[in-house]
Order: sequence, then structure tokens, then C-alpha cells
Amino acid sequence: MKLSTRTIVAIGIGAAVFLVLNRFVSIPSGIPNTTINTAYAFLAFMAVIFGPIAGALIGLIGHVLTDATAYGSVWWSWVIVSVFVGAVIGLSWKRINIENGIFGKKEIITFNLYQIAANLVGWGLLAPVLDIIIYAEPSDKVFMQGLVAGLANLVTIAILGTAFLAIYARTRTKTGSLNIEK
Amino acid sequence: MSTVKMLSYIKRDSPVHRLNGVTKLITFLAWTVVCMLSYDTRVLLTAMVFSLIIFKLAKIHLKEVGFILVFICFFLLLNDAAIYFFSPEEGVRIYGARHLIFQISDRYTVTQEQLFYLFNVTLKYLTVVPIALLFLLTTDPSEFAASLTGIRVPYKLSYAVSITLRYIADIQTDFHNISQAQQARGVDLSKKTSLKKRISGIAIIAVPLIFSSLDRIDLISNAMDLRGFGKKEKRTWYSARPFQKADYCVITAVVILSIIGLLITFLDGQRFFNPFIS
Repeated sequence: MKLSTRTIVAIGIGAAVFLVLNRFVSIPSGIPNTTINTAYAFLAFMAVIFGPIAGALIGLIGHVLTDATAYGSVWWSWVIVSVFVGAVIGLSWKRINIENGIFGKKEIITFNLYQIAANLVGWGLLAPVLDIIIYAEPSDKVFMQGLVAGLANLVTIAILGTAFLAIYARTRTKTGSLNIEK
Repeated sequence: MSTVKMLSYIKRDSPVHRLNGVTKLITFLAWTVVCMLSYDTRVLLTAMVFSLIIFKLAKIHLKEVGFILVFICFFLLLNDAAIYFFSPEEGVRIYGARHLIFQISDRYTVTQEQLFYLFNVTLKYLTVVPIALLFLLTTDPSEFAASLTGIRVPYKLSYAVSITLRYIADIQTDFHNISQAQQARGVDLSKKTSLKKRISGIAIIAVPLIFSSLDRIDLISNAMDLRGFGKKEKRTWYSARPFQKADYCVITAVVILSIIGLLITFLDGQRFFNPFIS
């Protein structure tokens, strides 16, 4: 595995920002136990810029440290889902050339298709199945829980993740933005 | 908001503090794996007793972790309530027996099996807590990266973790400054405003935080590249400590106990301890 220094640092700082956002920047949505959590929008954003390995590792380190510093214990079943979501959204990184400053309709749709798939499979399927395997919790409960968490994250990423990427794209220089004066 | 408490390293001199970071990491991981695989009440209770003894040895005072314990207990009670709400007879299904204590309604019965199951779920979550807390409170963050490399994690990844631990405090300060500045400009995040306004308020704080962090990434990675980071296959750690006799003893004991725990759990062919059918 060859990781550039920039990716390593992005993983480190990304995980720290993920933790801070997770702990401080989430607002209750009005539905009990469900928060609009900017951390996952940020995870999606970083995954698109730095790729699937960075996405997976920011999810891993960020989530483990958030759990550990907040609860003093780690919920591995949900950590695995964060890793999965980060990695899957990161797969769209080859298709979205954000560094060239292009983030139009096509890219927005690609990004959202990846994130919707990642959230539905991750929270709707992976999280409940792992909860059943590891903790033997009743299936009705964990599927309900996963679905609510998944939908909340899906909406948050669709709104805030897309917005973050659009803002980032505007800070990049477009290729071919210079014309030869004749 | 600025008073949110976070668990972190407490410097002290105790047998647990003196152990090598690698030893503590291995203990933590072994404990987690056993408690995740096992649903055997006997194994979980033994693990709980052991972890409380170690907790005592580490000279951590209860008031230093009290807020977390209250939080966890509340969380676990809520979880138990949710389990009962969705599946009041889950225990009956798992243990294959039915000892009714009393009945609230047609659906909501109280059985010995369900109570035992809920007790086990809570125990299972709770057993990992003392060891995880100890690991967090007695391991110097700068030794942590060295410990990760000690269990064969590639050093570049250990370094990423070390960067995270180093920068959490800085980013928290950044967040605090940005949040204060935006609130001074009239951004309202309290419950008084509409949901839509709160979301845009959150974005107004998150965007500067994210973009200043991207600048930070460039700065740090340039500095590291200039110092030749990642040029060699291996690296040494300033805070790594040599293994002591106590470390070997602890690791051996943990491995043996874990194997015994798993054997007891799975020897009868299933992971649940079933006192209802003998």
C-alpha cells in the first residue's frame, strides 16, 4: 500500500475534524435520538477528495476515537459501517475530478448515487446484521435503528456534503481556464 | 458547549500506567474480542470482576470517570427499553423456555428469560467499559502510535493516528473560535430558530473549520515531506519503551484467559449460557 504523505496527514487531520464535528456540531432534528450530523457530510467530502482508503481510515480512526472519548467504549458494529461508508463514497473519487474544479450536474448526481448506496447498504443492512451477529439484539429494533440513522445521514450528506464539495470545487483552478490571446 | 468533557490520559504512577502501551493495546483488543464473541454469563461476569480489579489497581478515581459512567448507564437503559419495546419475547426465543412472571398486555409479557437476556445484553456492553476506559486513561497518547506499530500496524498509519491525537485539541480551539465569531455576527444555533436556519448556521461554522483544516493538511504534509517522512521502510519511536517482565506476564495471562473464556463459551455448541434448560 503506497500512501502519499499528504494522504496520511489528511487521514490524521480528517479523523480529528470528524471527531470534533461529531462531538460538537450536530443538531437535533426533532426526531428523538436522531441528529443532523455534519461529521458524515465531512467524511463524504474527504472521501471524494482523498479517495477510498482515506475515507475508510478517517471513518475508522474518527469513529473509534469519538466513541472512546465520549462513551469510554467502542461500538465496533457501527465503526465498521463508518469504514464501509467512507470507502464506498471514496470509490466515486475517480469519477469526480474535483481537483480540476469541475462539480456540475453530472458530478453531483454521481456523488449522490454513491452516497445513497453507501448509506442504504451500510446503515440499512450492514449495521443491523452486525448488531444481530455480535450483540444478538432483536432484528426489528436494529433494522429500525439502522434505517433511521441511515436516512438521517443520507439527507445530511445530500445537503451539506454536496454543498461542501461545490464550495471546494470553486477554490480549484479549472483546467483549460486560460485562453491564448491572439 | 465549551464544557463538554472528553476522556483523556491522566498521568499517574500505578502498575497499570507502568505497563507498555503494546501490552495495554493487546489486552484491550483481546477483551473486546472475547466480550463480542461470548454471550456466556459466567465468562462475562468473570471478565467484569477482573476488569474491576484492574481498575482499582490503576488508581483511577471514580469521580474522574463518573460523568461517563452515568452517561453509559443511561444509554444502556435506553437500549434495554428499546429492545423490550420491539421484542418483548426475545429471551424466550433465544433460551427456548418460558417462565412467565407477570403480564402487562397481550404483547408485553415479563418473563424470566427476557430479564435474563436483557441482563446479559447490558453486561456484555458494560464489561468492555472498564478496560477501554483504562486503556484510554493510562496510555500516553505519544506512546500510543508506538504501540500500534508494536502490533504490526504499518507505521504510516500509526503516524496518522498520532496526528489525530495531536490535533484534536487544536481543531477544538479552531472550532470554538469560529463558532464564537459567527455567533457574534448573529448566527443563532439555539432551539429558538427554525430547523432550516439551524442547518445553515451549522454550515456557516463547519465550512471555515473544514477549509482551515485543508490548509493545515498542506502545511503539515509539506513539513513532513521536507523532513523526509516515509523514505524508509521502518522508523523508531521516541516514546517507545522496552518490554518488562510484567508485560510478558500480563500478555501471557490475557491470552490464556481469553482462550479459556472462548472455550467455556463455545464448548456446549452455542454462545449463550442457558440456565433454563439443563
